[in-house]
Amino acid sequence: MTTIAPGEESLAALEAGFDAAVAADERIEPRDWMPDAYRSSLVRQIAQHAHSEIIGMQPEANWITRAPSLRRKAILMAKVQDEAGHGLYLYSAAETLGAGRDELLDKLHSGRQKYSSIFNYPTLTWADVGAIGWLVDGAAITNQVPLCRCSYGPYARAMVRVCKEESFHQRQGYELLLALSRGTEAQHAMAQDAVDRWWWPSLMMFGPPDDESAHSAQSMAWKIKRHSNDELRQRFVDICVPQAESLGLTLPDPDLTWNEQRGHWDFGPIDWDEFREVLKGNGPCNDQRMTQRRRAHEEGAWVRDAAAAYAAKHGEGTR
Amino acid sequence: MKPVPTAQAPAAADSAAAAPAPAGSLARDVAAAAPALALGDDALVLSHRLGEWAGHAPVLEEEMALANIALDLLGQARVLLSLAGDEDELAYLREERAFRNCQLVEQPNGDFAHTIARQLYFSTYQELLYGQLASESGPLAPLAAKAVKEVAYHRDHAEQWTLRLGDGTEESHERIQRGLTALWRFTGELFEPVPGLDVDLSALHDAWTTRVESVLTRATLTVPQGPSRGAWTAGAGRQGLHTESFGRMLAEMQHLHRSHPGATW
Repeated sequence: MTTIAPGEESLAALEAGFDAAVAADERIEPRDWMPDAYRSSLVRQIAQHAHSEIIGMQPEANWITRAPSLRRKAILMAKVQDEAGHGLYLYSAAETLGAGRDELLDKLHSGRQKYSSIFNYPTLTWADVGAIGWLVDGAAITNQVPLCRCSYGPYARAMVRVCKEESFHQRQGYELLLALSRGTEAQHAMAQDAVDRWWWPSLMMFGPPDDESAHSAQSMAWKIKRHSNDELRQRFVDICVPQAESLGLTLPDPDLTWNEQRGHWDFGPIDWDEFREVLKGNGPCNDQRMTQRRRAHEEGAWVRDAAAAYAAKHGEGTR
Repeated sequence: MKPVPTAQAPAAADSAAAAPAPAGSLARDVAAAAPALALGDDALVLSHRLGEWAGHAPVLEEEMALANIALDLLGQARVLLSLAGDEDELAYLREERAFRNCQLVEQPNGDFAHTIARQLYFSTYQELLYGQLASESGPLAPLAAKAVKEVAYHRDHAEQWTLRLGDGTEESHERIQRGLTALWRFTGELFEPVPGLDVDLSALHDAWTTRVESVLTRATLTVPQGPSRGAWTAGAGRQGLHTESFGRMLAEMQHLHRSHPGATW
């Protein structure tokens, strides 16, 4: 005799309710029931995104003290500050799923969670600040705009704000490169060199090709993700080609050609070996980024301890 | 046509005599240039030092706060330097000896406690100074009136951290005390006369001392006892005499701009 335990029956009902809500494009909120795998998949993605924001501060902060005009310095400082802010919203979004910031930072510092491997490339000249804005933030926006419609409410709402600020950064990066491209010969060369170095890594930001992407299918079924890696990558290439032309710069791909039939730009093969190497930890700056992150955290321990001790003495933090 | 020049001549003479505005505002600008440079350099240099924290702060909230203070100061610096000349020429093309900032703001960051000690001393001074300037009608009044609100937050941030570090753990107490003591000798310069700046320095000094002492007492810290000024620190920065690390700071700040003479960015 097969009997259904009451718990199982209600679980099935909960799952059906969840699936129906996702199918109807409703938002899942923190107190709603959700499958464990949905929760852990979101935590993984949001944490990786938050970590990318705070590690991503490093390559740009590298140029704050050398910015060549006070206007550019103010823009760059504000941008790096925005990234810290994005980190805060995203860690808060993860908290609504029961994953605290300390726990996530521990996972980052011990290498159990990742950040976007684009930030393992160095910023060698001032033009890299512009290339990051135009290409890296441009790729991030292409990835993130669909996340504003993600099925998980707090993540979707955080992304609305993040995307607004990122579009601003992308325009500033473009404008920085335009000034260089139209400037002296040396400035133009600096801009071209930066675009040459950042183009391919930016295309890798969309992740492996669809047939090799580990998490894509399930994430799309849950409407965490709305478009495939390859679709987004193509969209990005199509946006960048005319922009590069307006900038007076070239993209380092001899195979870039307009495909009338597809209505898209064809582009050359991506070096996925490089991608995997950087992901494994063998990129130019993996060690440097993690060492700086851990050091800032360790050297800040006494400050956080002091704040906690003060709060305990003065009855704060009892929330 | 004779009548025209004769009719115009007295009018021109009249406007020159009766409308001292152009000549007067020019004179005011010249008079404002020296203090605008001194206060602009203070803001520029401290902003730069705080900018060095980006990516290194002890907690994410402080990444935001320190960058925010740095941005406010950079905004003030740009307004002030523009009163004295071209902001980029002044920031990027002057030699070390031509900078007029006080030595306090150029001191290296040290640990977080050292940075907070520097911020407490400076923000307290800057808030009181801008408060005075805002209440007068001088050329710096509009900037001071706007900036004093920003600086009130900087001072509050520094005070809140001074309380937490002073009355936190034994280690934090020692660190903030060390920072406060090490930087004390640079505080006397804040109350040395700045050419062209008409403020009541002794009232400023009294108010500053009362404020700082009150915070340190609440934070269970000791007011440093050493001299607050010395031969190299009393007004020296305002005369272009700086400390060794300042030259390195400028080398880093200026190198890219100077590497491309005449380029626009």
